[in-house]
Amino acid sequence: MKNKKKAFLNQALLSGPYLLWMALFILIPLFIILYYGLTNRDGAFTLENILEITNPIYMKSLLLSLKLSLYSTVICLLLAYPLAMILRSLRLKNQSLIVMIFILPMWINFLLRTIAWLTILENNGILNSLLRLLGFEGLHIINTPAAIVVGMVYDFLPFMILPIYNSLAKIDNNLIAASRDLGANSLQTFRRIMLPLSLPGIISGITMVFIPSLTTFAISQILGGGKQNLIGNFIEQQFLLHYDWNAGSGLSLVLMVFILISMAFVAKFDKSREGTNLW
Amino acid sequence: MVKLGNSLKKLYIGLIVFFLYAPILVLVVLSFNKSKFRNQWGGFTLDWYRSLFSNDEVMSALGTTLLIALCAALIASIIGTAAAFAINKMKKIPKALTLGITNIPMLNADIVTAISLMLLFTALGFTFGFFSVLLAHITFSIPYVVLSVMPKLSQMSRANYEAALDLGATPFQAFRKVVFPEILPGVLSGFMLAFTMSLDDFIITWFTTSPDIHTLSTVIYSMQRRGISPEIYALSTLMFVVIVVLLILCGRTQNKNQKKARS
Amino acid sequence: MNDNKLIDLQHITKKFGDTLVLDDLSLYIRENEFLTLLGPSGCGKTTTLRILGGFEHPDSGQVIFDGQDITDLPPHKRQLNTVFQKYALFPHMSIAENIAFGLKIKKKSKQYIQDKIRYALKLVNLDGFGDRMPDSLSGGQQQRIAIARAIVNEPKILLLDEPLGALDLKLRQDMQYELIRLKNELGITFVYVTHDQEEALTMSDTIVVMNQGYIQQVGSPEKIYNEPENAFVADFIGESNIIRSVFLEDRLVEILGAKFPCVDTGFGRNKEVDVVIRPEDIDLVSPEQGTLQGVVTSLIFKGVHYEMEVLAGGFEWLVHSTDLSAVGTKVGIHVDPFDIQIMNVPESEDEEAVNVEE
Repeated sequence: MKNKKKAFLNQALLSGPYLLWMALFILIPLFIILYYGLTNRDGAFTLENILEITNPIYMKSLLLSLKLSLYSTVICLLLAYPLAMILRSLRLKNQSLIVMIFILPMWINFLLRTIAWLTILENNGILNSLLRLLGFEGLHIINTPAAIVVGMVYDFLPFMILPIYNSLAKIDNNLIAASRDLGANSLQTFRRIMLPLSLPGIISGITMVFIPSLTTFAISQILGGGKQNLIGNFIEQQFLLHYDWNAGSGLSLVLMVFILISMAFVAKFDKSREGTNLW
Repeated sequence: MVKLGNSLKKLYIGLIVFFLYAPILVLVVLSFNKSKFRNQWGGFTLDWYRSLFSNDEVMSALGTTLLIALCAALIASIIGTAAAFAINKMKKIPKALTLGITNIPMLNADIVTAISLMLLFTALGFTFGFFSVLLAHITFSIPYVVLSVMPKLSQMSRANYEAALDLGATPFQAFRKVVFPEILPGVLSGFMLAFTMSLDDFIITWFTTSPDIHTLSTVIYSMQRRGISPEIYALSTLMFVVIVVLLILCGRTQNKNQKKARS
Repeated sequence: MNDNKLIDLQHITKKFGDTLVLDDLSLYIRENEFLTLLGPSGCGKTTTLRILGGFEHPDSGQVIFDGQDITDLPPHKRQLNTVFQKYALFPHMSIAENIAFGLKIKKKSKQYIQDKIRYALKLVNLDGFGDRMPDSLSGGQQQRIAIARAIVNEPKILLLDEPLGALDLKLRQDMQYELIRLKNELGITFVYVTHDQEEALTMSDTIVVMNQGYIQQVGSPEKIYNEPENAFVADFIGESNIIRSVFLEDRLVEILGAKFPCVDTGFGRNKEVDVVIRPEDIDLVSPEQGTLQGVVTSLIFKGVHYEMEVLAGGFEWLVHSTDLSAVGTKVGIHVDPFDIQIMNVPESEDEEAVNVEE
């Protein structure tokens, strides 16, 4: 009896601080957004803040955000999957080295790295100088949606590479040998064995790229030159420029719908229930 | 045929790595640029490395950034490790629920986390500044610790702990000498992840700081319109070199240890 | 079993980096044979199997299957199937989907696939397991499914790579009978890889003993056990006393200074040889009746027999007997002439590969 009490006390001491922390800093803040999003300045219930999204300016920026983040996610997937396949085929002994190579750039401030892309992509930047040197015409990329997509792909590519590589590296070589042995050629083996077994990695990679792309405001601010407003830019302005927390929360709630859909998507495929396998 | 495939593979890896490191290369070059402007080359100089240490704005931002990252990673490691133990012992449904909530700051958009914390601090009447930023960073760092420690805990067999008790260790000794060393790699990688995330964060800091507390991120973002002061490039280059050297040293000692363990 | 060569491996050599794994190996496998590749780890048996399956390509030499050179044929075009060491069941597919995998690839009709799944599950005694997922099955059950998955494709040869290695002793013994039954029911050729000599002796028609990339001996289990060709085979197959001796003349050998009559001829006169005597072939008699005198130094009860060590002529003899002789008893050693197996002493260091790694 005494032991039981002691065990209960132990568990409470261990989990207590964390459960409190989660409630205070994760759950309650989300409800505060909900509260602001559903009330007006006088605290009365309203749907106005949420319906604000139908305003053509916001609608346009939401659609642009969705379009650009979709592009960047697809490009990341197309770049990362073959890379992960190649890395797997190398059968490196030192797997942490791979992880290191793709995490290392993150230790240099991401704003600074994004700003460096300005120097590369500008009309008189490195890329265009190189193109002209080779006799091509320069490209006008900077301040266009294309520049923002480059920035998104650049900043979030590691978040696509690592989960896909992790899920591919886990696949037992014998499974591939077994598939070949049972008559499947390399394409059939890829489609029926590799692809389904790496699906959890693909899904977590997609969310790890799609959500930050959808909600960024820094990348579009820097590489879009303030001319391409994403939904993130409007939310930031509502809070830090216009101090209209209700409208800002309303837009955030709309954004959260898309985030919730992505999360549900992850939960459906992540059967192991060990969370995202990012690392 | 096979050889051609192999060099194509290496070329592809090389291109992606180049893509990831090209902007860093640009920053390194800019740090030696005499011209103050990002888009013109004014000749080679080491001036920015000299003036870096007398630039108070940059140096104090660096200090704040490192202090916050260190404190946030340390506190998150303690809370997160304890939480991992607790979650590991939970029954199925509370466990799934707790893990689900733990994942929220990681899966949620940074801007939503940032706004929600800003609204919370306002509601609580908190003064914005160093501590609000620190609390925010601890919050988004904890999941990385929990998710790094959890796999180590579930791999660990209870028998080791019981064997230690059987051999006469007190529960505390058994924890310190048997359980802790086994989960230490998980705690360390959680700490490193938390540190990295805190170092690289901009959005959450931007919403939870006050005008007089600056991290490198917020300094850079505010400089962005008027032009980045070249000392920042010099600082980034130095940081990059230090990190690469540290990593090589770590790799070497690890290799040596492995060789020792084998022989 | 008939004498048709179904598989003919000709002068196969394979290197991994600088390590020579197979050195000029030639071997044929007859139709409907249960052939076992037996040897310690690193002897080249698994590599041989992987070359048969098409997962490794030999550096030189040919693989002939039914008269055709299949050396360059990729695995998915070969008419043989493999049961992998750790089963290699596809974790994202149900048992039925696993079994249907090869048939779906070959675009068989739905009805045909259904029938085959039912037949295969019945054959391995796992009726009604079709909808389960692989990770809900025990090791032994997963093993049977791996076999079922291979045989529905009606291969001419089934390759088995240490399939019982991960199972416990009792299950392993049951599965040995199961495999013999399966082979008889299916009437196809089995090529089996193991390091367990008991498994090999129980199931095989032919055993190929391998060590360090060479074939040491090919023969029936009885032949391999009773007439090992060299000290490695004698030591690897069962326990034995291997003693360096002198072949005095035909039918007479001097072991540890005592003259033993034997049945072998043709080794020359006064020549150094190795003598193999199985522990169960040694009779312990009274000292005066024995060819050699000694004393019992240890005694262990093993269930079906006692295992004793007898110090005689400066050598620790291993003796199995149903009769007990207590420690300290003075005994005589007697061996029937036909139980003494004479072998040539290996000539080079290279051939003398007696160090068995388990």
